[in-house]
Amino acid sequence: MQFLFEKYGSASDKNTDAVTAEPSRRTVLKSIAGVGAGLVIGTQLPTSAKAQSGAAAVLNQGTGEGVFAPNAFVRIDPDSTVTVLIKHIEFGQGPYTGLSTLVAEELDADWGQMRAQSAPANNDLYKNLVFGVQGTGGSTAMANSFQQMRKAGAAARAVLVEAASKAWGVPADDITVKKGVIAHEASGKSGSFGDFAAAAAKLTPPEEPFLKDPSEFVLIGTELPKLDSKAKSNGTAEFTMDVKRDDMLTVLIKRPPVFGGKVKSFDDAETRKVKGVVEVKEVPRGVAVYAEGYWAASKGREALKVEWDESDAETRSTDEIVADYKKSAATVGRVVVKSGDAEKTLASAEKTIEAEYVFPYLAHAPMEPEDCVIEATPNGATVWAGSQFPTMDQGAVAQTLGLRPEEVNVKTLFAGGSFGRRATPIADIAYDCATVAKAIELKRPVKLVFSREDDIKGGFYRPLNVHRMKGTVDADGNIAAWDHVLVAQSILAGSPFEGMMKDGIDPTMIEGANDLPYAIPNLRVSVHMKTSKVPPLWWRAVGHTHTAYSTETFMDELLALGGKDPVAERLRLMGDKHQRHAGALKAVAELADWGSAVPEGRARGVALHKSFNSYVATIAEVGAGEEDGVPRVYNVWSAIDCGVAVNPDIVRAQIEGGVGYGLGHILYSELTLDKGRVEQENFDTYRSLRINEMPDVKVAIVKSAEAPTGVGEPGLPPIGPAVANAWAKLTGKRVRHLPFTKGAG
Amino acid sequence: MAKFTLNVNGKKLEVDVDPEMPLLWALRDELNLNGTKFGCGIAQCGACTVHIDGQATRSCVTPVEAAAESEIITIESVAGAEAKAIQDAWVKHDVPQCGYCQSGQIMSAVALLRETPKPTDEDIDAAMSGNICRCATYQRIRTAIKTAAKQLQG
Repeated sequence: MQFLFEKYGSASDKNTDAVTAEPSRRTVLKSIAGVGAGLVIGTQLPTSAKAQSGAAAVLNQGTGEGVFAPNAFVRIDPDSTVTVLIKHIEFGQGPYTGLSTLVAEELDADWGQMRAQSAPANNDLYKNLVFGVQGTGGSTAMANSFQQMRKAGAAARAVLVEAASKAWGVPADDITVKKGVIAHEASGKSGSFGDFAAAAAKLTPPEEPFLKDPSEFVLIGTELPKLDSKAKSNGTAEFTMDVKRDDMLTVLIKRPPVFGGKVKSFDDAETRKVKGVVEVKEVPRGVAVYAEGYWAASKGREALKVEWDESDAETRSTDEIVADYKKSAATVGRVVVKSGDAEKTLASAEKTIEAEYVFPYLAHAPMEPEDCVIEATPNGATVWAGSQFPTMDQGAVAQTLGLRPEEVNVKTLFAGGSFGRRATPIADIAYDCATVAKAIELKRPVKLVFSREDDIKGGFYRPLNVHRMKGTVDADGNIAAWDHVLVAQSILAGSPFEGMMKDGIDPTMIEGANDLPYAIPNLRVSVHMKTSKVPPLWWRAVGHTHTAYSTETFMDELLALGGKDPVAERLRLMGDKHQRHAGALKAVAELADWGSAVPEGRARGVALHKSFNSYVATIAEVGAGEEDGVPRVYNVWSAIDCGVAVNPDIVRAQIEGGVGYGLGHILYSELTLDKGRVEQENFDTYRSLRINEMPDVKVAIVKSAEAPTGVGEPGLPPIGPAVANAWAKLTGKRVRHLPFTKGAG
Repeated sequence: MAKFTLNVNGKKLEVDVDPEMPLLWALRDELNLNGTKFGCGIAQCGACTVHIDGQATRSCVTPVEAAAESEIITIESVAGAEAKAIQDAWVKHDVPQCGYCQSGQIMSAVALLRETPKPTDEDIDAAMSGNICRCATYQRIRTAIKTAAKQLQG
């Protein structure tokens, strides 16, 4: 990083070491890898990071004159504007609004004075309390923040009231706060938050402030307008793609055509002739073309000739992978659930059903292709990114650039969707950008952009899965046995998240298949873990994307075999042990008026699935579509129990979105490999749901006093099986090889 | 490279670019108008939609030289009764989730209402199916277009 010294003249021994040092061992990634207990995937940070990550350093960050900063989350300006620092990325699921609601509730603020702003990367202050690192995933944003953000608001309120009490010479207990107005009724005195911000800043906020009883909530549970809707309706919302820095270069990486491929050699003569191309460099994951703007980078990359070393690459076709998985699925895997004797019951059964399911690789394809900006600073680097795991992005950039994590300032911007893509175990987007920055010694700021083709072809897919199921009913039509074999590549094995494995099993492979709410006397679930060079990743709802489909469609088949009603029999099989499952199912049956007449040429199907601690039941109404074997989905009814619904309208929006995202992929989307090469590359070949294919979605929220749970993902799993069950009822065809467009009908 | 005078948002702006450069990149990289988004580069997703002589157009496949003689309007300055009604309805129904596609959605919706003040569901499908929303905010987009249409009719 000689450039740093040239530009800022601040060379030091430490920095000189950093230039040439091997990747530091004190990296966050490594410390995550070293921890292995359940969901707590890591709380270790470099000692130096800890020293600098105290509240003081961050509290002073970005605060102007007279700003009251009682804790890491709340800022109150002299004009009474309340800004909430949001530790979770806002990519549409609503934390800007939801977490600000929690603060506003306990602060008794007026919604009009609330603002939200992304928190910087700082693990001590902003870690996800479920993960132990700063990051967003598993639909945990609200669940882990509910108490924390309420306390942040309540503590701020307490000191504002104390300041007013002192100024007015009246007891704090006699002071009320309502809609941002601090008042003392007896004396008629009143003031705003801003009036007391300076005085409150001199007081010590309580560590365990008094929290409201839920019966006193005035904002939580109401449909407050979202804080980011306006900026997202007039083009002013800033995404990473929009970041401009003086002298910045746009960079595209030419990536290997197969997973595990490496650069053997390249010829950039033609590339360098393209006007606007500034530099070409080999980087660890390909060859980077640096240019003045995207168009020149894109043309330059097209002209680049690269010879690839494919000796260590994945060169199988998906057909071969599926055939291999099918072979495994015919045998029992590692048993993860066992009760009774499914094998024996099935062997002696008169009528059995056997079903084999294939779930394809899926790309997330967020609307904003992956991107990241890095610029050198006098003491390190600044990163602009839609950072889903700031701790890991910070660690990856620091490691690559030979910096300490605290020398890397991560600015998290709005992200144009993610669905899991921006949370890779190797922080690939930030890492790629750092390698690109490093290759030109950070001489100019760089913006790394993935083209849509890079995104679709770039791996980190929902893993391909094959399931095999066998079941039977007894003489009375009751389900007697259930044998489920799952085959897939593990997301966690061999990744920095390996610590989340339990007894050598990746729980994300079997979630949703290993905790059926139904009483089945003879049950066996087993799993085969496969390996491949195709990088796997969590994809909105992770394992539930396939387990909900196989279990709820197979359940439907067995219920049909036994002549049972899909709703009534599910309720009977759950008994009184699964009240929240049952509550969601009853709510959706009522919402859709299950059992009532269905318009001619249509049929309805139902599915129920718990994920991320929320319970969702969905009914879909389908008819024949314009394409052979592909239904038109007219109506969808969903009921969710997600505990306290902090903002019911955002809950509904997430269910609507989960239904649409899930439906599009079930019907239309798959990635296939031809000798290791991904055959799809853009939205013309990787088809997305469009407005004319979106059903009308109605949502019921089960009233609950339980702590809030996830809403970003749980709406997705039941839509596939609900549609498949409706389609089977309409046509008699069971679709087990997704997507529907494959014509497996 | 060649010089073009573009008429963007009522201003004459000069760019010196590859004539084949898509208008999208001239707007974003040369003129600093970042509201128009890049999503696919092949006119499949509609995130790059702008108005060219009043028509909703995918700027990612429109070469600069083809747009040089035309009136170009982007999300930054789309105005008039339909634009206001659409943007107000977008906020009222909290349409955006991630928000990245919404500039394009809004440009398509404004063009629709100018052409068809009382759109049916089929009209909405026809005008909006070129705009992908991966968050699937489609139901609210449909509702917001209807709200805006209703509001315009008083």
